[in-house]
Amino acid sequence: MTQQHAKTDIGPPDYRTLLPPIIKENYGRWAYHEEPRPGVLRHVSETGAELHSVRIASPRLVSIDFIRDICDIADSYCGGYLRFTSRNNVEFLVSDKAQVEPLKAELEKRGMVIGGTGKGLSNIVHTQGWVHCHSAATDASGLVKVIMDELVPYFSEKRLPGKVRIALACCLNMCGAVHCSDIALVGVHRKPPVIDNERVSKICEVPTLIASCPTAAIRPNPKEKSVTINEERCMYCGNCFTVCPALPIANAEFDGVAVFVGGKVSNARIPPMFSRLAIPFLPNNPPRWPETVAAIKNIVEVYASKAREGERVGEWIERIGWERFFRLTGIPFTDKHIDDFTHAVTTFRNTTQFKW
Amino acid sequence: MSKDESETPLLDELEKGPWPSFVKEMKRAAAKKPAARDALRQLERSYREKVVHWKHGGIVGVRGYGGGVIGRYSDDPEQFPEIRDFHTIRVNQPAGWFYTSKALRKICDIWEEYGTSNLTNFHGSTGDAILLGTVTPNLQPTFNALSEAGFDLGGSGSALRTPSCCVGPARCEWSCIDTLDICNDLTQTFQNEIHRPMWPYKFKIKVSGCANDCVASIARSDFPIIGTWRDSIRINQDEVRSYVKGGFDIQRLVVDKCPTDALTWNQQKQELELEAEECVRCMHCINEMPKALRPGVDRGATIMIGGKAPILKSAYLSWVLIPFIKMEPPYTEIKDILARLWDWWDENARTRERIGELIDRQGMGNFLKAVGLPPVPQMVMRPRANPYFFWPELSGNGAGEAQKGEVTP
Repeated sequence: MTQQHAKTDIGPPDYRTLLPPIIKENYGRWAYHEEPRPGVLRHVSETGAELHSVRIASPRLVSIDFIRDICDIADSYCGGYLRFTSRNNVEFLVSDKAQVEPLKAELEKRGMVIGGTGKGLSNIVHTQGWVHCHSAATDASGLVKVIMDELVPYFSEKRLPGKVRIALACCLNMCGAVHCSDIALVGVHRKPPVIDNERVSKICEVPTLIASCPTAAIRPNPKEKSVTINEERCMYCGNCFTVCPALPIANAEFDGVAVFVGGKVSNARIPPMFSRLAIPFLPNNPPRWPETVAAIKNIVEVYASKAREGERVGEWIERIGWERFFRLTGIPFTDKHIDDFTHAVTTFRNTTQFKW
Repeated sequence: MSKDESETPLLDELEKGPWPSFVKEMKRAAAKKPAARDALRQLERSYREKVVHWKHGGIVGVRGYGGGVIGRYSDDPEQFPEIRDFHTIRVNQPAGWFYTSKALRKICDIWEEYGTSNLTNFHGSTGDAILLGTVTPNLQPTFNALSEAGFDLGGSGSALRTPSCCVGPARCEWSCIDTLDICNDLTQTFQNEIHRPMWPYKFKIKVSGCANDCVASIARSDFPIIGTWRDSIRINQDEVRSYVKGGFDIQRLVVDKCPTDALTWNQQKQELELEAEECVRCMHCINEMPKALRPGVDRGATIMIGGKAPILKSAYLSWVLIPFIKMEPPYTEIKDILARLWDWWDENARTRERIGELIDRQGMGNFLKAVGLPPVPQMVMRPRANPYFFWPELSGNGAGEAQKGEVTP
């Protein structure tokens, strides 16, 4: 019998009740770790205890059958203890070393992909896309699938000069906050919203709507109790659609994907950096987005062949210069690449130092 | 349509290939739940037409809360009746995303009973476990069952969003703070702020144990808490030598990459020398030689402020607010600071203005005065280059008293 009224504000379950005994015993006492192979971490405690974490890829969008599968696996090999990583991988937390190889064999038998650690590619963090969001300019899960199908060796075996973190947001709202990734894919619109005057007057608050526009492109249209949009000023961010559903911006013909590169969040070596525009537009070409897959593969492969050991994508590009990045990758530089938004001038080159 | 003909020829292409397939997962769900089948069929239509088919918004919820549930409706309910309403429930994840199979099975059982799709995200962007798709009448029963099982909903809308943290001291030798306890404590303390949206916009807290920042707190949260130390990196010279003996190029891979030239490899003594006061604790050398180098022991956190994605006035990376603070339970000082800056933000922000944007608009100096924090050089990469600054303390009759108030140029 389920209660009629839920207890509110109890918060999440206490993590202490969900930790395996080896973690409770060695909490805060880990001394070092090693990566015997991609996807396997061996953490050694000051007490000498060893924890083996085996990491597998997850599509993130999973059925409860998948969750029950990984529960079965965890019950068989690691006392039912598992966790998820900040990039949506699954980790089995194994305290009995003898279980590591049988676990790996079981995972491989089930077609699960072990990897995602160290200097290689981890899972692509992503948003809902066409699967479950109203503002998506592209799909998320599908793009992740086709890109990782192509790049999976860098997840599971092949190493790269540094870690490569790819992220995907299916619109400019970026609920995935992809803006500091080695490679970021962003769903973009290229046409202003379509104004449904009748619905604007009924369901939207016009002053809020006008205030929502970062470029002041939206003006009142008192005659219709609606608004007008100055098309020359609109940069298709979709913020107005977020506050007013009567301004749909999705467009089958013109929506697509932009690619940004060179961001990072880690403070290692150089400070965190934003990703910068590499490719302004690639078409939505489902189900396998061949242009986008080829573009990402090209960037990863040029980086893999040219960067020095230990360099992230952004560090490599900053060392060689963006002009060299565009030449090496064969990506055309266009007017779109020169910033004209709020902090534009800070991105202009204030020096005579550049390469040909 | 003949029996052999697929309803989803485009999506079927995504069952192929080595990477785990979300389409397979949707089909597993569809085998048991008609709504998952309609979701799949509608997605196929999006793949065919290259456009989204979910309607915008719709306010739904559970008793006592203003968030935690996101309304979602198909834009063609006649074609896809099972997903006429297909709402999302955000379930606050346990700190560090640690689970037992028992806890996960409990969520699955509840979702099998009250969800219409059997679909989930482990996890959503902010960190919650996401239950993907149920009808309006099932929302309250789902919440009742979750609550009975010891789970609660996460944040949505203009609220404190579900805090998240890295794996921390549970499994990482680099964590300088107890990320899980901090995350859990703040989450429990601010249940009201999470569940009842009352602010100008969203506010995110993320906790990373070290400057590697595995939860991307600098980029993805308004209030990053990042573990650090004030004393010196600990060096085990025997382990350093064994890295070098093993062929590790310490000069090229560690010393040359130190951003402040604080490290020297003394070939003669076979020792790694550190000028500790030059070290900016970037983690590079520690990352490369985890057996030999460890963070110091005088540990605490750097508190930052203002990070966000581009909507609306472009993206911000968080910047330093408090260079160093000890992090001991019950974290009273952190909670006091949060209360002060929420007050100021709530009072001054426009609708949908994040705290970083407000600070940018009103000036960091005003913000610091309002929340009572001292300006320190660690807050800036470099001081201003323009001569346009204010002397509010000289206004009035030269009384010399600091004046609050807006001094926007």
